[in-house]
Amino acid sequence: MDFVSFLTSWLFDGTHWTGSDGVPARLSEHLGYTAVALAIAVAVGFPLGAAIGHTGRGGLILVGAANGLRALPTLGVLTIVVGIAGIGLVPPITALIVLAIPPVMAGTYAGIRAIEPITVDAARGVGMREWEVLLRVEIPNALPLIFGGVRSAALQVVSTATIAAFVGVGGLGRYVFDGLAVQDYAQVASGAVLVAALAIIVDVLFIGLQRLVVSPGLTSAKSKGTSS
Amino acid sequence: MTWVFDHLGLLGGLTGTHVYLALVPLVVGLVLAIPLGWLASRSRPARAVLLSVSGLLYTIPSLALIVVLPGIIGTKILDSVNVIIPLTIYTVALLVRSIADALTSVPATVVAAATAIGYRPLRRFASVEFPLAVPVVIAGLRVAAVSNISLVSIGALIGISGYGVLFTDGFQLGFMTEIVVGVVATLLLALVADALLLLIGRLLTPWTRAGR
Amino acid sequence: MKRTVTGMLTVLVASLGLTACGSGGNPLSPGTGGQSLTDTITVGSANFAESKLIAEIYAAALGNKGIKVTKRLGIGSRETYLPALKDSSVDLVPEYAGVLLQYLDKTVDKTSADDVYSALRAKVPAGLSVLDKSPAEDKDSIVVTKQLAEKYNAKSIADLAPHCGELIFGGPPEFKTRPDGIPGLDKHYGCRFADYKALDAGGPLTVAALRQNSVQAVDLFTTDSSIKTNDWVVLTDPKGNFAAQNVVPLINTKKATEAVTKVLNAVSAKLDTATLVDLNTRLAGDDHPDASTVASQWLASVGL
Repeated sequence: MDFVSFLTSWLFDGTHWTGSDGVPARLSEHLGYTAVALAIAVAVGFPLGAAIGHTGRGGLILVGAANGLRALPTLGVLTIVVGIAGIGLVPPITALIVLAIPPVMAGTYAGIRAIEPITVDAARGVGMREWEVLLRVEIPNALPLIFGGVRSAALQVVSTATIAAFVGVGGLGRYVFDGLAVQDYAQVASGAVLVAALAIIVDVLFIGLQRLVVSPGLTSAKSKGTSS
Repeated sequence: MTWVFDHLGLLGGLTGTHVYLALVPLVVGLVLAIPLGWLASRSRPARAVLLSVSGLLYTIPSLALIVVLPGIIGTKILDSVNVIIPLTIYTVALLVRSIADALTSVPATVVAAATAIGYRPLRRFASVEFPLAVPVVIAGLRVAAVSNISLVSIGALIGISGYGVLFTDGFQLGFMTEIVVGVVATLLLALVADALLLLIGRLLTPWTRAGR
Repeated sequence: MKRTVTGMLTVLVASLGLTACGSGGNPLSPGTGGQSLTDTITVGSANFAESKLIAEIYAAALGNKGIKVTKRLGIGSRETYLPALKDSSVDLVPEYAGVLLQYLDKTVDKTSADDVYSALRAKVPAGLSVLDKSPAEDKDSIVVTKQLAEKYNAKSIADLAPHCGELIFGGPPEFKTRPDGIPGLDKHYGCRFADYKALDAGGPLTVAALRQNSVQAVDLFTTDSSIKTNDWVVLTDPKGNFAAQNVVPLINTKKATEAVTKVLNAVSAKLDTATLVDLNTRLAGDDHPDASTVASQWLASVGL
C-alpha cells in the first residue's frame, strides 16, 4: 500500500469518525487542550512581557531565559511534570502552559522594545501617564511581534499536545501512539496528517487574525520575523 | 547523583548518538540552505516560494513529520534516518530565510567593488558576500542547533536512541532521577553547542572585532 | 495569505510526487534489518518491565557461559518485535506461551499449560523455535479495586459481566483488538465495557488510572507488584479466556546451538511464578535497581 492509500483507507472509514476514539472527539480534545493552555499562557506571559518591556528592567534575563527554554526537551518536561504531579489532565496541560509562556513573553517584550523611543517620548510629551503610554501607544505598536509570539506559542502547544498522548491524554496524538502499538500504519499516518493539517490551519488562522487586528500602518518592512 | 556515576557508560553512549542525530541535520541543512538561500536572494518568485514552503514545513509538528516521512519516502520506521530527515528539513527551513536576508543585506557598494576588482561571481560569493553574511548564518545555526538537540529526544517515542530514552524509561519506571538527568544533559549539550558556534562565528569574522 | 496558499500547494504537489516515485510500502512491516553476527545472540524484549527483566536474565546467563550477547531491549509490543525476530534483527525474546500461540493462530482455544505448549511448538513460524517452558506464568488479568469487587460481590470475570456496561476499561492499545482481549471477554463472558481507554502495558498510566478511578477495571499482569501494593483484586477466569502463559524463550533456530539451548533451559527450569513476583517487586523498589543488576543477582543466587 502506498502512503496515499493508507490515508484514504483509514480516513474514509466511517467508523473512525464516531465515538470517543473518533476524529471529531480527538480533534475537540486536542483543540481544547490547545485553547486552555494558550489562553493561560497569554494571560501570564503577555502582562509579564509588557511590564518588563515597558520598564526595561530584567530584559536581559527574560531574553536569556526564553532562549534557554527553547532548549528544553518537551518530552522531558512532560514526563517530569506528570511524574511529580501525577497522571491526569492537569499536569500535562501545565507542562503545555510552561512551554508556551516564553514565546508569548519574548514576543511581547521584543515588540515593545522595538518601538522607536521618539514615539514613546512623544506620548509622554502630550501628557499621557505611564499606563496610558503602555496601553494606547506601546502595545498597539508592538502588536505584530506580540502576535508573532502568540502564533509561535500556539504552534508549540499543538505540537506538544500531540506528544502528550504518551503520558495518557487524548487528542490526535493518540492515533500515532495507539497505531504504533498495534502496528497499524494507516492509523499512525492519518493521525500525523491530521495533526499537521491542524497546525497549518491554526497558523493560517493567526495570520488572518493578525491582518484583521493589527493596524495596516504597522505591517511594513519594519515588522521582521513575523510574517510568513 | 550516584546514579549518574554508576551509569556513565550508558550516558556516554546516549550522548554520542544524540550528538550525531543533532549534528548531521545541522551540517546537511546548512549545505542545502546555502544554495537555496542564495536563490531566494536573487529572484523574487523563488524567494516567495522558498519562504512560504519553509514556513509551512516548519509549522508541521515534529512527531507528525517523523512518522509520516517513512511512508512517503519508504524507510523503515525504526531507522534513525527518520529523525535526521525531519530535523534537516527544520534546519533548512530556519536557515533559508536567514541566509536570504543576510545575502540581500550585503551592501551593493561592496558587491560592486568586488566585481570591479575582477572577482568572478562564484569567487565573489565565496570570498565576499557569504563571509559578510556569516554572523547572521551563525545566529541561525545557533537557533537550529539548540532546536535540533531538543527535538532529537522525541525519536525515543518510536524507539530511536538518544537522551529521550531516559525520559521514556524513567517515566515507565516512575524514576524521576533518570528524567531529570536527561533534561540536564540536554540543556548542557545545548549550552555547549551554542557556545561552540558562537566561538566559531567569532573566529570566522575577525573583522568584526577589529578596531576595538 | 497568498504566499501560504502557494506554499501549501507546492508542498502538496511535491509530496504527492514523492509518494508516487517513492518505494512506499508499509514502514512497519518487517524489513531487511541489520543481521546479527553469526556467533552473537541479539536479545530483544517487549516494552514492559518484566519482559526486559527476563531478557536481561537470558542475556546474563548466556554471558556467564561465555556466549557473546548484544541487547536490544524495549522494542515495543509483540506486533512490533515479532517482525524483527523474523528478519533476524533480533534473535531471542522471552515470550508467554498462551498469547504467543493466539497471536500466531487466532482460532486455537487451548488453555492448559501442556496443551498450549505443544500447540505452540507446532505453530511457530519456520526459522523460529521455542525452547523448554518454565513453570513461571504471567497472565493478563482483569483487575478491579477491592471496593468494586465487594460492591458487585465479584470474584470472577463472570460475576462482573452483567455490570461491565457501567464500567470504563483501561489497558494497552493492543488489548482492544487481541483475541483474548476485549473480543475474548465479550465472547466468553458477554462482558462489554462502556468505554475503552488506551493506556500502557501494565505501566504507570494503567496503575494511576485505576487509582484515580478514571477507569474501573484494568488489564494488569498477574506478577505486577502494584496489585498487592494497592490491595487490588484479580478476577478469576473460570472460562479460560486467558490461556496458560508459561514463560518460554522464542529463538531464531539457527542461533539455538547446543550450548545456548542448555543455558536457556537451565534458566527456565529455575524460573517460577513466585520468583517473578519477587524480582518484579525488587525492580519496583525505591532504589530503582537496574534490571540487569536484579537479573545477575538472581542468577548468582541460583548458581547460574
